[in-house]
Amino acid sequence: MSADLFMVSNALVAIPAIAAVALAVEPAYRRSAVINVCASGATFLFALVLLIVEPENGGYLFVDDLNIVFVVLSTFIGFTTSVYSASYIDHEIETGRLTSTNVRFYHAMYQSLMCAMNLALLASNIGLMWVAVEVATLTTVLMVGIYRTPHALEAAWKYFILGSVGIALALFGTILIYMAAEPVLGQGYDAMVWKTLMSQAPQFNPRMLNVAFVFLMLGYGTKVGLAPMHAWLPDAHAEGPTPISAVLSGLLLNVALYAVLRFKMLLTANAAAITPGPLMIALGLASLIMAAFMLYRRGDIKRLFAYSSIEHMGIIAFAFGMGGPLANFAGLLHMTMHSLTKSAIFFSVGHIAQAKGTQRIADIRGLTQSQPALGWSLVAGVVAIIGLPPLGIFMSEFLAVSSTFARQPLLAIPLVFGLLLAFGALLLRTTGMAFGAPTPDVGEVKASMLPLYAHLSLVLLAGVYLPSHLVTWFQNVARLLG
Amino acid sequence: MELLTIDIAHMLAGALVLTSFMLLYQDRLSGLINIYTLHAVILSLSVAWQAYYQDAPHLYVTAGIAAIFKALIIPYSLRRIIERLGVHRTVEVVGGVGITMLIGIFLVALSLVVMLPATAAADPLAREDIAFALAIVLLGLLMMVTRRNAVSQIIGFMSLENGLVLAAAGANGMPLVVEISVAFSILIAFIVIGIFLFRIRERFDNVDLFELDRVRGGRS
Repeated sequence: MSADLFMVSNALVAIPAIAAVALAVEPAYRRSAVINVCASGATFLFALVLLIVEPENGGYLFVDDLNIVFVVLSTFIGFTTSVYSASYIDHEIETGRLTSTNVRFYHAMYQSLMCAMNLALLASNIGLMWVAVEVATLTTVLMVGIYRTPHALEAAWKYFILGSVGIALALFGTILIYMAAEPVLGQGYDAMVWKTLMSQAPQFNPRMLNVAFVFLMLGYGTKVGLAPMHAWLPDAHAEGPTPISAVLSGLLLNVALYAVLRFKMLLTANAAAITPGPLMIALGLASLIMAAFMLYRRGDIKRLFAYSSIEHMGIIAFAFGMGGPLANFAGLLHMTMHSLTKSAIFFSVGHIAQAKGTQRIADIRGLTQSQPALGWSLVAGVVAIIGLPPLGIFMSEFLAVSSTFARQPLLAIPLVFGLLLAFGALLLRTTGMAFGAPTPDVGEVKASMLPLYAHLSLVLLAGVYLPSHLVTWFQNVARLLG
Repeated sequence: MELLTIDIAHMLAGALVLTSFMLLYQDRLSGLINIYTLHAVILSLSVAWQAYYQDAPHLYVTAGIAAIFKALIIPYSLRRIIERLGVHRTVEVVGGVGITMLIGIFLVALSLVVMLPATAAADPLAREDIAFALAIVLLGLLMMVTRRNAVSQIIGFMSLENGLVLAAAGANGMPLVVEISVAFSILIAFIVIGIFLFRIRERFDNVDLFELDRVRGGRS
């Protein structure tokens, strides 16, 4: 059994790495799009195999109940986004916004990103995880700046500087964790491995852990997009190619969140250290309310949904900060639902921007008439993201709010306030875009609707009926998170 | 002998903090690059001393990277870049030098207050090194927020990163230090290439980030 697992978890890192090299030397963009889809599909299949084989650890990679959730989710969205990306890139080549050299680079970077994210999720030690997050940051920076317009360069630069400062702080925290563990676990590799860290955590120097967690929270929190370190996020989403916006919102934010959660578990295991919850609750609420207000003044459709991502990461951080089986369950479910919904929204937004030739909300009207399929799926996506029943996000938000009411009623007030604020803003902006007299299209778009429908139907399914398997699995993970 | 070893390590780390202060008030780009070179040389000496003290040969690799990459290649390419871009003129400092220095002193005090009690149990060498390292990191952050020029922001970031390498080298027997310093070097190389490839000069006429802000005018 263990031999299988070695192969499986290694394959999750190796397939994208090999594909990245192959794509870097493949000049024909249509063929490279096919390779991209195949590689992402294969990675997803291997991630599914992880569900069947017995989790055992060894070497530099390890698998447990927590990271399987993240790996399956991220490889699935990586796969659907690669399908979407093929039609998106086709259009960009035809309109001359990207050259085939750009696209070759883009595809190689896409697979490098997948490789780095899987490595970050599966890494068995805190040092390797840090390196993987750094590589993921670098590849996304390069993709955000790919259009070479002043706006794109500005966005990439800002993302680069803020992201670098974030991971620098995270590294300082990582070093401090090692220093806290070293007197107990001895010098060397053991003091960086998750498994030994978790088992010996009660004996670590609590003051050291406290300082370390502050740095880790600020560092990885920057990558999660929590206020006030969120400034890079809207620009990076708005100026990069739309598949990358979908991957950023759907996956990369989750990877950073995974890092925060792991360290939170470490601190929870040490009774003398601060409880990490309140810090996460504060940052989460700040992000939620700040983003909800910012939603009202957005003039750019991708920026609008980027702020919505900040809002939802705030809710998720809040739920995990509350802790306990119910709130953790809500956080996990919300993270899954948000990833699926937000990437679906970006899929439709990307094609809408291509059809209308603009990202300005004011210039987009009457989508349901001029582009019925895209328009209605945008409406469906927004209905899901603002949390209307019977869709999945309603479920998770309801759970988050009710568990907060049960334990800290006062905290539920700002939470509900932020949710309602964001609800109003998104509804206002979307009705303007979806209905009314349509604005003219500038070009034909061969939209690939399949990934979009797949995501939305999963979100609907989760809202109507959650398979009991999934529920018990998530409950296990929620208990693990403490 | 033991005490002397520790004193030398502290002297080198303290010299790094002082050099960080010099970066804070230097307002000419070429001067900044010179001081950064000094910063990198001291870092390399400091890491080499740690390698000797801890008897950890892999740290010599990190010291070598610091010496060759950070003290030679980076300053050389930065100098080429500012020549090409023609920005030898004065760097504008946002906020007064006096206030910036005072904040800097406050940050050093803060890092000592935070780190020394937290690391009371660690061995004396690692203990004060990590406090110095935090001071260097915070001073680097301070430099990044007080400067508006892309090149000086990068120098601020690189000094911050030197603080991290110092911390990693000071943590007794920490594995992956070499890998991490290589990963960071790649990051920095990307940043430096980035300034050049992004051709901020070509697109914005200078490397002043106010210009980047101006580009955003009217966008929300």
